[in-house]
Amino acid sequence: MRTRSGTVGLLYATPALIFVGAFVLYPLVQLFLTSLTNASLLGGSDYIGWRNYLRAYRDETFWHALIFTCKYTLIITPILMILGYALALLTLGAARLGKLTRAVVFLPVVIGLGSSSFLWFWLFDEQVGLINKLLQDLHVIGQPIVWFVDANLGLWAVIISIVWKVVGFGMILFIAALQSINAEINEAALIDGASYWRRIAHIALPLTSRTILLTTLVSAIGSMLAFDQFYIMTAGGPESQTFTSLYWIYQNSFIYFKQGYGATLSVILMAIILIGSALQLLLMRRGGRT
Amino acid sequence: MSAADFAIEAGSAAARRHAPRRTTGVAPLIGALCIGVMAIMLFPLIMCFSASIKTAQEASAVPPHYWPGALSIENYLKVFHYQAGLPVYLGNSFAVAALTIALCLGLGTPAAYGLARFPVPAKELVFLVLLSGLMIPYQALLTPLYIMAASLGLANTYLGLAIVHTVVQLPFSIYLLRNSFEETPRELEEAGVIDGCNSVQLLRWIFLPAAAPAIVTVTLFAFITSWNEFLAALIFMNKETAFTVPIMLVGVRQGHFGAIDWGALQAGVVVSILPCLAIYLLLQRYYVSGFLSGAIK
Repeated sequence: MRTRSGTVGLLYATPALIFVGAFVLYPLVQLFLTSLTNASLLGGSDYIGWRNYLRAYRDETFWHALIFTCKYTLIITPILMILGYALALLTLGAARLGKLTRAVVFLPVVIGLGSSSFLWFWLFDEQVGLINKLLQDLHVIGQPIVWFVDANLGLWAVIISIVWKVVGFGMILFIAALQSINAEINEAALIDGASYWRRIAHIALPLTSRTILLTTLVSAIGSMLAFDQFYIMTAGGPESQTFTSLYWIYQNSFIYFKQGYGATLSVILMAIILIGSALQLLLMRRGGRT
Repeated sequence: MSAADFAIEAGSAAARRHAPRRTTGVAPLIGALCIGVMAIMLFPLIMCFSASIKTAQEASAVPPHYWPGALSIENYLKVFHYQAGLPVYLGNSFAVAALTIALCLGLGTPAAYGLARFPVPAKELVFLVLLSGLMIPYQALLTPLYIMAASLGLANTYLGLAIVHTVVQLPFSIYLLRNSFEETPRELEEAGVIDGCNSVQLLRWIFLPAAAPAIVTVTLFAFITSWNEFLAALIFMNKETAFTVPIMLVGVRQGHFGAIDWGALQAGVVVSILPCLAIYLLLQRYYVSGFLSGAIK
């Protein structure tokens, strides 16, 4: 059939291929080339070889930012997965109310991370914020807590805000995975007298393990790229202690105008992220497309 | 199960049988937990709205109150008249989102069609190249993209930012549309061929109508991604009149004389949330189904 040739098909894909070439692959090459220069957004650019990479290796703030980002990721990812799974099980256990709860929990996923960060920045303010007010009204604390002068408290404030914002993400994926479990398996286990928790441990968890793994990866990659929430809520403070990797890249590239060095840091961060996304892609391929 | 069925299936008897269920009377406990969860999730949003309709003075009161003593639209008026004016910032956000939607559909539809319905050589490689944006975080590409935009005269333009948002959203769009075109029954296509349709006509009259739900989903996601995106907008739109709504909020917070205008900030947050909320409430089915088929699998 004339219309079914591969060339025609490729022709249809050409505009998108050109777009990806121009705005993904070409910038990717540029990024790498820039990382070998001392380019500045103010002008001027000389090739300096791997000096930026050596500098990154010695850059204490960068290391601190990278470790801080990992710490943030290692704390928040298990919280998100466990709470997400618990909420999936909870809302599946209640018919009507469960559906409503599901819709409410998923709601913050839709709004912007910027908007939610401004909202929580206000809630956590030591003077006008309602979190302190609420904690005082419930007699949890006596004096207002000043959340953003301490790096750890600031981190927890951000974590709470992000858990609120994205816990619905894992929940909805886990619900879909749990619903796709063959009913007969559960019924057979019921007949055998397996308790609810035994069925979770021996049927639900193993049969949704691929979804759990993938969701964990997607979530962890997202956390490793955290920016908005820290830019808005902690501004990297106090004393640069809550800079994330991406925030430090932004700071170098667009505040200090050190574009060459910023590119180097971007390449390093991207290499770290790539390990995670490669793993994700591998898992997706193995699972097959539907 | 197919992701598109999620919203409907979720409540149906068939789906509920699939889920692990408790056997005996813990229903009151589950109900109480559900209500507690909802209260926690809704608290910030309700309080945000409550603060936005306080008077400016009351919104900055120490210690704060949960509910407004007197209702006022003062905060909204302030946001409305903030610098270039809220209509300008809303207009910017909508324009960038519209261009992002146009680019995602304009580039994504033909590409997905080509890959789904033609024996393209090295098909999976082409597909992988098109999805490369999934592997490479767009945040890392912002410096070279910014320099390209500047040299092409696209700094502070709708198109410049829309290109970045398309980089983010195009892989998902192609993925979703390709799946949808692949699922279109062969008989429909053959009927078109017998009627003498060429490949463009087949796309227009057979495939596009069949893929309508996927197109709605792609549009929704392009809108929400673009509307909410923060970092690229912060970098690319550095002129006061070019800000999108999230970047406007950065300015609103700074306020005058260093004191934060809390009421105006929360009014701004409400405004920035409303379109997303409306989409979610009205088109939840498309949103959740796209979310499920795109996020993993």
